[in-house]
Amino acid sequence: MSQGLVTMSHIAASILFILSLSGLSNQTTARRGNYYGMLGMAIAIIATVMSDAVTSYTILIIALLIGGALGAKAALKVEMTQMPELVALMHSLVGMAAVLVGYANFMDHTSTLSGAEKTIHEVEIYIGILIGAITFSGSVIAFGKLCGRVSGKPILIQGRHWFNLVLLVAVIWLGSLFLAGTETGDGTVPLMLMTIIALIFGVHMVMAIGGADMPVVVSMLNSYSGWAAAATGFMLSNDLLIVTGALVGSSGAILSYIMCRAMNRNFISVIAGGFGSTSGGEATEVEGEVQSINTNETVQMLRDAKNIMIIPGYGMAVAQAQHTVYEITKLLRSQNKNVRFGIHPVAGRMPGHMNVLLAEAKVPYDIVHEMDEINDDFPDVDVSIVIGANDIVNPSALEDPNSPIAGMPVLECWKGHSTIVLKRSMASGYAGVGNPLFIHENTRMLFGDASDCLQTILKKLQN
Amino acid sequence: MKIGIPKEVHQGEKRVATTPDEAEKIIKLGFEVYVESGAGQAADILDEAYREAGVKISDDARSLWQSCDIIMKVRAPEIHPGLAIDEVDLMHEGQYLISYIWPAQNELLMQRLAEKKATVLAVDSVPRLSRAQKMDALSSMANISGYRAIVEAAQHYGRFFTGQITAAGKVLPAKVLVIGVGVAGLAAIGAAKSMGAIVRAFDTRPEVKEQVESMDAEFLMLDFEEDGSGAGGYAKTMSKEFIEAEMALLARQAMEVDIIITTALIPGKPAPELITAGMVESMKQGSVIVDLAAERGGNCAFTEKDQVVIKHGVTIIGYTDLPSRLANQSSQLYATNLRHLLTDLCPDKDGGLVVNMDDEVIRGTTVIQEGNTTWPPPAPKLSAAPAPQTEAPPTTEVKVKGSVIPEPIKQLLPLVVVGLVLFGIGAVAPTSFMSHFTVFVLACFVGYQVIWNVSASLHTPLMSVTNAISGIIVIGALVEISAPDRLITILSGLAILIAAINIAGGFLVTRRMLEMFRK
Repeated sequence: MSQGLVTMSHIAASILFILSLSGLSNQTTARRGNYYGMLGMAIAIIATVMSDAVTSYTILIIALLIGGALGAKAALKVEMTQMPELVALMHSLVGMAAVLVGYANFMDHTSTLSGAEKTIHEVEIYIGILIGAITFSGSVIAFGKLCGRVSGKPILIQGRHWFNLVLLVAVIWLGSLFLAGTETGDGTVPLMLMTIIALIFGVHMVMAIGGADMPVVVSMLNSYSGWAAAATGFMLSNDLLIVTGALVGSSGAILSYIMCRAMNRNFISVIAGGFGSTSGGEATEVEGEVQSINTNETVQMLRDAKNIMIIPGYGMAVAQAQHTVYEITKLLRSQNKNVRFGIHPVAGRMPGHMNVLLAEAKVPYDIVHEMDEINDDFPDVDVSIVIGANDIVNPSALEDPNSPIAGMPVLECWKGHSTIVLKRSMASGYAGVGNPLFIHENTRMLFGDASDCLQTILKKLQN
Repeated sequence: MKIGIPKEVHQGEKRVATTPDEAEKIIKLGFEVYVESGAGQAADILDEAYREAGVKISDDARSLWQSCDIIMKVRAPEIHPGLAIDEVDLMHEGQYLISYIWPAQNELLMQRLAEKKATVLAVDSVPRLSRAQKMDALSSMANISGYRAIVEAAQHYGRFFTGQITAAGKVLPAKVLVIGVGVAGLAAIGAAKSMGAIVRAFDTRPEVKEQVESMDAEFLMLDFEEDGSGAGGYAKTMSKEFIEAEMALLARQAMEVDIIITTALIPGKPAPELITAGMVESMKQGSVIVDLAAERGGNCAFTEKDQVVIKHGVTIIGYTDLPSRLANQSSQLYATNLRHLLTDLCPDKDGGLVVNMDDEVIRGTTVIQEGNTTWPPPAPKLSAAPAPQTEAPPTTEVKVKGSVIPEPIKQLLPLVVVGLVLFGIGAVAPTSFMSHFTVFVLACFVGYQVIWNVSASLHTPLMSVTNAISGIIVIGALVEISAPDRLITILSGLAILIAAINIAGGFLVTRRMLEMFRK
């Protein structure tokens, strides 16, 4: 196949990828968008394989088949609660691939570049491997944190910013050694050393981030994996890789920004890594008495309510209660009650995670609303049910400037007529609590296992 | 311990201090409950219902008073008309009494109870703390009074509350003015609103404005700077100028509205006269005034305690027994208040009372402990009004001041840096690089536009699909795999393998997820 045709098919693939992402703007076009993506990928691979650059096919086909089979198996087997782990793992694979391609390209001496072009090419290889390695080790640690194999606690070493700075200086110094080395045909050692430093940096960056901030980390690594692909594109002078990398990179960056805003974190400090530690004054201790109710009273409240808002948190998914929640929703909706779901952007462990979990439980997406859509409706809500969530409904985010989550936008369910909070247990009586919602005069606490409680409520509602 | 609930002896009092539901919960706390036969009759609760709840029925008031350790009542003890003896004289030494007492107004009663060496808890003295709300009988009774005030007004008012357009002509909605927005005032606003009236409210405490507006009623503002909030969330006496302005406002309103509900009380003082004879005269014929302050002399000049009078064509209702007029409802709430109080008094749930004077709520409620008068209690630490917002610590301000770079330069700095970097690259980079760079920058902007349009609910599929398309890195490996060097082939083969995992896995899992999103 001629170079012109290959380039043309790459342009087609780029357009199909853009259409694939823009298809995700709403649920009805999303499926079609995914098929565009598949088509684009198929065109790109076939055109490249048919091009003059590829002459041996055996290893190529075997690798494609094995990889494809592994990927398909993972995709069909994965639990929806494990999506963040899968995504993190895939980021690490992109990073790994970028490193491998970078090394392969470095060892390939067939190119005939010289002068400034050659230097730029070396720099591109160097940067491509750097970003790839950071993405790889960072994603592996993120994967470990998400599935609990690495402790979720942030591990902060003394003077971590200095440590990062030292690593950066070392990377630049090795870079100049590498450029000087390639002139004499020997840049392998600095390149290897840099790769190790990049791996250490990736580990260090993610280790310093707390488990609660995982949504930001996952989207940040998504962005890094895109930049790694773009850097590889520069290295290979391949516009398709550059376009795709830029799309993915900006997608991840925007998601990180949205997550940062939802958690009121500073974007720059996230990029620099090691955020999640708060300083400032003492948070105000909230004191008061919680008012508990039982399932009977809950059922009564639901029967009397017309406008119901369900606020799920990751705790609901952990308790596997989303199916029962939907059964209850269905029942209440059949009684002409307006039951809706209010989703905070960081309700799950990655952006949009809670929506997927609800979709898996067959909750129709048109009753699932984003925080910004429904926060103004709370004064009309008769009953809000908070399941397995805490910070995302914490009024101190808005009221207490010393609170660790001060400034974070939250679902303002306390503005409704009443709120039921499902919670496993709590030090009873008059005690200091972290969340003033629990002692709000309109809040009733339903103590017990979320799944059991909801099952009981469902049974009583059916009778 | 044995709890006795005697039949109320006050003229016209229909309430009873416990209901079968609450008695059952009290029994679970370990107490035995005795109710005088017929005690609940006026509140539509039969002895049979009590029996079913496990309550023992006592036929005789005298033996009930004498045999029980704790007496729970509604009204303060007074002369028993049947036995012709003061209820205080029925008490024995060391007995507990839980009821309304009004210690400030009833000095003689307090003295006699103290002589009996009794322990007396006055439900009217429960401190106004948020945690004591569940046992605050004053609030729950005020709520009922406010509701009933509207019902009484509707009864005496010759027109609809709601507005209607009918075939027979247009009906204008009634205009209701509520003066004093406490618990009773809010309940009155709610009841009047739900009947369809136009409701206005006035109060000297500006902080209630929000509550009034939250109920969709209009808050009448005085153009006058003075806060009427006193201790414990109650109102205080205002300055002379304020009162003049207030009276002028009320006089204007009186001419307009059809119904006035007054609830203005200042603790320990006679009720302020807010509706003068002149204002009543200026009101429309058939208007109604319900004076909830009648017990303390009334807010209206013509109010007569416990009477309905008609003056200048305006009906003025001075009932003081509004809760008793909804006897079943008020018994239920009162009984719940008492049960909450008992729960706090009986921490071990063993049927024994512990009067813990270190507990602020119990300290405030207990007016006589084993014959020693403990009223009035020391001033409560917290008020019912919301505490002022905590200020941010000054440390953050210091940080801001500590920054050397002024704000505008700080904002421009990233732009300048980016500009310099771009200039640097442009100065040295060859043409081939620049064309790729153009593609890169434009693609970033396309990505930016496209991604902001992605629905937030599809962010997880977005991440998995970007995972899949970043598998495009496979292209890089494909062009390297045919290189003669064995090592390059192996590296490229590995890269193809893992990129293929991404491609297949990413697209398939996205498809699986998107299939789940159904309407």
